Amino acid sequence: MPPLLEARNIRKVYHGGGQLFGGEVSETVACNDFSLSIDADNPTFTTIAGESGSGKTTIARMLLGVLDPSGGEVLYQGQDVRDLKKDGQQRFRQDVQAIFQDPFEVYNPFYKIDHILTTPIYKFGLAASKTEAYEKIQEALRTVGLRPEETLGRYPHQLSGGQRQRITIARALLLKPKLIIADEPVSMVDASLRATILAGLHTLYKDFGISFIYITHDLTTAYQVSENIIILFHGAVAEAGSTEKVIKDPQHPYTRELIQSIPVPVPGSGWIEEDIEEKEVEDPDAEVHTSGCPYALRCPAAMDKCQVPPPFFRTEGERAVSCFLYEESPVLQGNDLHEVFRERDR
Amino acid sequence: MSANGGNKETLLDIRGMEVHFETRRGIARAVNEVDLTLYKGERFGLVGESGSGKTTLILALLRMIKTPGFIAAGSATLDDGTDLLKLNREEIRRVRLKRVAMVPQGAMNSLNPVMRIGDQLMLTIREHAEDGEIPDKHTQLKQVEELFYRVGLKPAVARLYPHELSGGMKQRACIAQAISLNPQLILADEPTSALDVVVQRQIMQTLRKLQNELDATVLLVGHDMGLMAQFAERVGIMYGGKLVEVGPVENIFHNPQHPYTQLLISSIPNFEIKGEFRGIPGVGLSLLDPPTGCLFHPRCPKAIDRCKSVEPQLKEVAADQLVSCLLHEEDQHAPAS
Amino acid sequence: MLAAGICMILLVVLFGALGPIFVDTDKAQPLATTPRQEPSWEHPFGTDDAGRDLLAVMIVGVPLTMRIGLLAGTVGMSLGVFLGFTSGYMGGKIDTVIRGTVDTLLTVPGLVVLVSIASTIREEISVNIMALVVASLAWMWPTRTIRSQVLTMRERAYVQMAKLNGMNNGEIIWKELFPNLLPYLAANFTNAVNWAILSSVGLEALGLGPQNDPTLGMTIYWAITFSALIRGMWWWWAIPIFFIALIFVGLLLIAAGLDELANPKQRKAV
Repeated sequence: MPPLLEARNIRKVYHGGGQLFGGEVSETVACNDFSLSIDADNPTFTTIAGESGSGKTTIARMLLGVLDPSGGEVLYQGQDVRDLKKDGQQRFRQDVQAIFQDPFEVYNPFYKIDHILTTPIYKFGLAASKTEAYEKIQEALRTVGLRPEETLGRYPHQLSGGQRQRITIARALLLKPKLIIADEPVSMVDASLRATILAGLHTLYKDFGISFIYITHDLTTAYQVSENIIILFHGAVAEAGSTEKVIKDPQHPYTRELIQSIPVPVPGSGWIEEDIEEKEVEDPDAEVHTSGCPYALRCPAAMDKCQVPPPFFRTEGERAVSCFLYEESPVLQGNDLHEVFRERDR
Repeated sequence: MSANGGNKETLLDIRGMEVHFETRRGIARAVNEVDLTLYKGERFGLVGESGSGKTTLILALLRMIKTPGFIAAGSATLDDGTDLLKLNREEIRRVRLKRVAMVPQGAMNSLNPVMRIGDQLMLTIREHAEDGEIPDKHTQLKQVEELFYRVGLKPAVARLYPHELSGGMKQRACIAQAISLNPQLILADEPTSALDVVVQRQIMQTLRKLQNELDATVLLVGHDMGLMAQFAERVGIMYGGKLVEVGPVENIFHNPQHPYTQLLISSIPNFEIKGEFRGIPGVGLSLLDPPTGCLFHPRCPKAIDRCKSVEPQLKEVAADQLVSCLLHEEDQHAPAS
Repeated sequence: MLAAGICMILLVVLFGALGPIFVDTDKAQPLATTPRQEPSWEHPFGTDDAGRDLLAVMIVGVPLTMRIGLLAGTVGMSLGVFLGFTSGYMGGKIDTVIRGTVDTLLTVPGLVVLVSIASTIREEISVNIMALVVASLAWMWPTRTIRSQVLTMRERAYVQMAKLNGMNNGEIIWKELFPNLLPYLAANFTNAVNWAILSSVGLEALGLGPQNDPTLGMTIYWAITFSALIRGMWWWWAIPIFFIALIFVGLLLIAAGLDELANPKQRKAV
């Protein structure tokens, strides 16, 4: 049985600069050789974490089939998503759904919010009649903790950000997907509501068996809600494994830097006093053009061999690190990070 | 380490500030009877969610509120008696940057996209020079160079345009502009929210270092509790336009008194507890149709009957800690919960 | 602004629609009445060299000119909408071809094209043909502007959402993009009509219009040909110009008013 969704060595390269009449062509590697598979029968909750420019949104879009990879392929049940025929496309869209970051922009301001709920029912033939359709919509709204009478029939601007975001989750549920890709679903939502929304996603995973790919830059929420995590840096995977291990005991130098930089809500921890060693780099978030490990320019432990991209070293059962510091450990076969992931306990 | 241990001179005294927005559906009290004192040289964090009024408050201080918003009442008096809310346009222009500066959330709002960074800073210096005493070009350049050094920018950045800079560098340029005239008060509106966690730490460290050098007061507005815990000495919590609690940062985090603050603190995700999700129940309030009595009562787990009809006032319940809650007005001898 | 513009245009339309009730339109023909009369009670707009009562001429001519504008505007806009949406949304080769064609054609001076077309079919020009001649150029600018609007809208999150909801390209263009562009398209249409009227007047003033129809432009042409300026027959040219100006300003105001509507005042929750 082929996996539900599989990314095989996908890359995305953008060419900028070169115009019709010559000029320098610059190449930006948004994503470099990423592989991941999601199994329908063994649901997983995986975070893809990274800062802006890490490529996480690019990967999300390629997985959803809205962006074509420059190299490698994205397979839905064994078939390349670009080659899917009409009913293959339909099944793909039903099985793999998405939740986006901005709970306002996803709504067409011309329509009431009902539009976003009725359209998929109509397009995917999920209900035989209008009554049935509204029944399903109401059920979905209640599942995410909303009251249909308070939300249906309103325009997007009449509802709060939290309500709008929950409606998008309700929408995703209508199709009874097997995988939901959530791109920063709570970063534009108030702090007090985040926990509730994340709890909702977690319940969908635990009780309904829906796999999640949670895209974020916020490691604390990732730790709360996710079992597995992939740390991205400038298009390449730095470290991957169970959230417990990676966050509590980071091995890749970049992961360490990330964790250390997070301000903890305990006053007086020395976060601001500590003089962090600023390596002589132009700018931490400048673009990186290199053929080796992208972190090497900033890495306090950089060695000569880092000019070559490091493979994944499996330092333990639930972890893989892409760093030569760990070359003692065996290399992960086939690059599929799925190997180091935890699945939902039954 | 408490900075307000000895030197507790007041820099800014805000009394009864009211900022209203006129809409077709009624008046929204975005800032609702706020009393707040800022001391010299302190780092104050103002926390609140969307609609809490925290950004409106600092915009009002700099008189940057646009219609349909307007300052309905109140005063904001500096140490020399100047009331920011009563100044006219010319006076406010002189106060901006020289005494009160702002570091905005997005650099787009303060950097001119068609001017080189160095030129912008020099323009600021020239425009705010005491009349007749515009420094010569050489002095201006030196000042800019020094500013760059202090905020951690390389001198070469002066020749660049804003779009050629990364997010972190743009924010440093904004900070450079904000401190260029050695203001007494720096208002920072979520200056690092768009930045990477690593860059954020560097910027906040720079800000803290500068604050020390200038002995200026920094009012940091935001909703990242972790950031507040690490940067601020005192924290104020806003809800629905009202200031509901103020106190030293340790007290707020370890011993919050207002039910909203308590819920807020407990909802902060951390690396200790996994899989437990604690949010704040209910829906955020609507400023156009606010609840009667205490604004938080519909969502408050400790609400009593009186909360529906009586508006609580800020009262001191412990050293330097003020809370606006009827539970504390009722029994001031009862131990703080 | 919108209100003022609508008033002005309404005035003009009523003038043309109700005019024939009060005035005998036969007087718009040559030799209908005494020529070269100054405006008076009997002939409120005076008469021209050939004995046409100018009030009657205006009553007949104004609707004709507006018809040209409307026709040309409609044809131009329809083509522009179709090409602009297709080009902007589909992108790729289709976009390159359409955009390249439009950009190239736009560089050719419009007047020259119009003049050459008009002079080639000089003999049989009717009002409708006139409209089509003008329409041949009216589609280009709308194509361009609509295309750029669509380009920005294409990347909007709700378009992505529509794709995920299973909508196909056609449905997205029609159901998601089009409704949001309505005020913009209306403003564009108004401008197209305005442009069409002015172009047609320009051509007609050069004599390249329908010879037997007293459109506003043709009236001016006759006025120029018969040296009304020098001979002091100011009413002959001033009155058509007045109507042209009224229509122009009216349409401009409507377009500006619609533009204001089109710029979404984001109604966000407070």
